Amino acid sequence: MKRKFKPSTIYLAIVFVILYAPIFYLMYYSFNSGGKMYAFESFTWEWYGELLSDTRLLIIVLNTIIIALLSAAISTIIGTLGAIAVWYIRKNKMKNLLLSLNNILIVSPDVVIGASFLILFTFIGIQLGFFSVLLAHIAFSVPIVVIMVLPKLQEMSPSLIAAAKDLGANRYHVLTKVILPYITPGIFAGFFMALTYSLDDFAVTFFVTGNGFTTLSVEIYSMARQGVSLTINALSTILFLFTILLVIGYYFISKRTNANGRMFGLGARK
Amino acid sequence: MVKDRNWYLVPYVVFIVLFVVLPIVLIVYYSFFDIHGDFTFENYIKFFTPVYLKMALSSFWYAFLITAFSLLIAYPTAYFLTKLKYKQLWLLLIIVPSWINLLLKAYAFIGIFGTYGFANAMLETFGIGRQQLLFTDFSFIFVSVYIFIPFMILPIYNALDKLNPSLVDASKDLGASNWTTFSHVIFPLTLDGVKSGCQVVFIPALSLFMLTRLIAGNRVITLGTAVEQHFLVTQNWGMGSTIAVFLIIIMVFIMVISGSRKRGIKL
Repeated sequence: MKRKFKPSTIYLAIVFVILYAPIFYLMYYSFNSGGKMYAFESFTWEWYGELLSDTRLLIIVLNTIIIALLSAAISTIIGTLGAIAVWYIRKNKMKNLLLSLNNILIVSPDVVIGASFLILFTFIGIQLGFFSVLLAHIAFSVPIVVIMVLPKLQEMSPSLIAAAKDLGANRYHVLTKVILPYITPGIFAGFFMALTYSLDDFAVTFFVTGNGFTTLSVEIYSMARQGVSLTINALSTILFLFTILLVIGYYFISKRTNANGRMFGLGARK
Repeated sequence: MVKDRNWYLVPYVVFIVLFVVLPIVLIVYYSFFDIHGDFTFENYIKFFTPVYLKMALSSFWYAFLITAFSLLIAYPTAYFLTKLKYKQLWLLLIIVPSWINLLLKAYAFIGIFGTYGFANAMLETFGIGRQQLLFTDFSFIFVSVYIFIPFMILPIYNALDKLNPSLVDASKDLGASNWTTFSHVIFPLTLDGVKSGCQVVFIPALSLFMLTRLIAGNRVITLGTAVEQHFLVTQNWGMGSTIAVFLIIIMVFIMVISGSRKRGIKL
């Protein structure tokens, strides 16, 4: 086959290798009994054992998951209502204003979001900790949910709602029997996106987490600043496998909504 | 429809006011106070001193380099991807690394670029010898580009994927060389993707701070590092807010020139 040696194939292969190399590098050394990220000595499960016996770290993992699920659920509700609200607005000016404000939170650098939320929470008097992190995660997820749900609403034919109303449906029924079922794939995609953004977030959390509370990203950061510890490698192997599971789930959801391109990568929010 | 009050707006508008408008107002407000809580223009005056201007300029320069290298690598990747048979699947595989926690990837590079890491081992086999790789500009830019590549590939891929192939055929039929076709047909038609890719990379690249700490060992100080420093270390919120205000202004400026008001949604 001539195709094998095409320069484009080689180029892509190099890009793929570079993209995955660091991840596999981490995973490979998580089995190193030598305790360093070089000079592989012999295979060991030691670091996984250490990871599992580290109750503090496990609590942090649990915290991270709770924050992610809660913030994704709440922001999905607010975001869906927001999308419906924006969609209902007739005046273009108002619509554009709201969407621009919505987009500010998507394109803002994390540092700015983190800093401004830190000021906000101190200003309102919310203590830094679980609650402030949760609020911050809800805040940066809502705009993402709105962006995911809105296209679904826009592709819905207005005659569907007119028909429902003609047939005597009240507002509540229009919402629950017509609108919501139609936009369910968008809502799921939004929820999923919010979940991954929350799990992934470092910078915003770093600003608004007080002393007592940490999420995984923040913990990894402080561990990594102290140097190499193969427990992090063990953790990253587990997280990678978990991510693969998420990706598979995401793949099926996106297949159902037929909107691959739109759903990936809203921004480099980290 | 007049009677149909848009009640859905209530929670959303409350949200927007509370988490978008109020934080911006507060950050602008705080930028006028010094560390003792007195009203002052000092912060803005300080921002225009050489120390901060140099930092802003070097931040821009790094962000520019990161964006340029990302684009240089991402465009051919996206282009070749669209030619593949199972392109959606391959695209997904490109995206997967971007879902791995950023800090874990940065941490991986601490190992790879370390004194005895993989990169140095390679250099040694090629006879170049060990180099100090970690805590250099090179490692900072390399890792940043690594992290941003998927975000650059996506919008370009989407733009290329939407490109009508008959336009390319027409150009070739009319006798244009491959290069002419690319520079006069393909590239201009995918400029939107390139623009949103650059926007998605440039703005975060200006404000990266965990990478400057972990990979560049505080050698590189970006505007983001300065904001973090002022807020969390020196507790000088006023100065931090001032820099944040500038970041917001730069962001708005970039959004306007890359015309994302219409397209921002689709990114």
